[in-house]
Amino acid sequence: MVAIVEYGAGNIRSLTNAIERIGEDYVVTSDPSLISTASHIVLPGVGQAASVICGIEERNLTNLIRSLSSPVLGICIGMQVLCSYSEEGDTGLLDVLDNRVVKLRSPGLKIPHMGWNRITGLRGPLFESIPEGEWFYFVHSYAPEISLDTVATTDYGGKFSSALNRRNFYGVQFHPEKSGQAGERFLKNFFNIDDRDGYSE
Amino acid sequence: MVAKRIIPCLDVHEGKTVKGVNFINLKEVGDPVLMGRGYAQQGADELVYLDISATQEGRRTFLSLVKRVAKEINIPFTVGGGITELSQVSALLDAGADKISINSAAISNPALVDSIACRYGSQFVVVAIDARVEEGIWRVMSSGGQKRSNRELFEWADEVMSRGAGEILFTSMDHDGTKSGFAYQALSTLGSRLTIPVIASGGAGKMEHFAQLFKEGRADAALAASVFHNGEIGIPALKRFLLESGVVVRL
Repeated sequence: MVAIVEYGAGNIRSLTNAIERIGEDYVVTSDPSLISTASHIVLPGVGQAASVICGIEERNLTNLIRSLSSPVLGICIGMQVLCSYSEEGDTGLLDVLDNRVVKLRSPGLKIPHMGWNRITGLRGPLFESIPEGEWFYFVHSYAPEISLDTVATTDYGGKFSSALNRRNFYGVQFHPEKSGQAGERFLKNFFNIDDRDGYSE
Repeated sequence: MVAKRIIPCLDVHEGKTVKGVNFINLKEVGDPVLMGRGYAQQGADELVYLDISATQEGRRTFLSLVKRVAKEINIPFTVGGGITELSQVSALLDAGADKISINSAAISNPALVDSIACRYGSQFVVVAIDARVEEGIWRVMSSGGQKRSNRELFEWADEVMSRGAGEILFTSMDHDGTKSGFAYQALSTLGSRLTIPVIASGGAGKMEHFAQLFKEGRADAALAASVFHNGEIGIPALKRFLLESGVVVRL
């Protein structure tokens, strides 16, 4: 069973629809026992980093999320909250991934970065059968910097981490639930990770 | 680089995709969900569904259609048509729409743009602008092009952007239905003034028009209906043509 963590505010219908389309059972929950026993955990991507952090703290889920050992996928803001710090609202985050989230600085380019863009430098089990340079759908104004945990990058007036992985924690800046067939392949790949092979060096 | 987007538009009347001129002689062209899924599989980057039913019953049908689209289609989609209140926006987003588009309601109540952007975020708000040239001025029209407003295109686009619109969908009524090309000059002016994406609509007839739009017209996305519905232009062929013309597209 997949647990989608519910932390208030924001619409996760496109995520639940996508998970239904690929045939996984899921529950949307903030119940610690359901989250800690789930096979896979998804942190959805809605709102702003600071308000998501508030939602997590209000539900007393901070330590639980940090200590999860099953594969965890953060999507968009759901990935950003796993990082260490965000310039958006000068916010301290869960610090599971050692990345800073910074505002996109792209002179002459439109912000938010919205639409289809390529992901490159793909590493690891998330990108099984996904070709280098595949297109995914993005909507965001902030993004994690490049680090050793970067497993995909995207260029929008400069490169940022479009996917991160440390141990069993994964995060993507794009929206697989809106990224057509490539997005469905990506979600299947995540649900195919079992916790033994989820750890990177 | 972000790809230039190709967006088929589906006009929906009482639950069916239709085509017709000025809401007259509406002809059914298919099931909106099946058509949308087909377009998504062929490589459409987004879809737009416009409710042109004018009845309460039609509105309810549209809402349940939006739920079906959200369940079955794996690319972003925008819904619009007859939205005048925040409660409708909320219902449509809850049903699974990724963005909503408003047009006449923004003209009669510009603060609606602020309200939606403030509550849901700019990325959810597309402001559609229909305009035509009158005595050398791009005049904004409302009510499906039936009513003249006192707005001028470029100033109105600036205003809705400053109120929080995330994208502008500009339809040139002078070009719509002509299949003779988009309003390149006006689009280029919009593209250089605005810091939000511009979706161009009206005038698509052949693949060269799209290439010219993305180069000369500075648009971020192209929306069309009949050339796709009639099968005159296939999306895979269009994308390949654009790629060969040097336009960045998702293939």
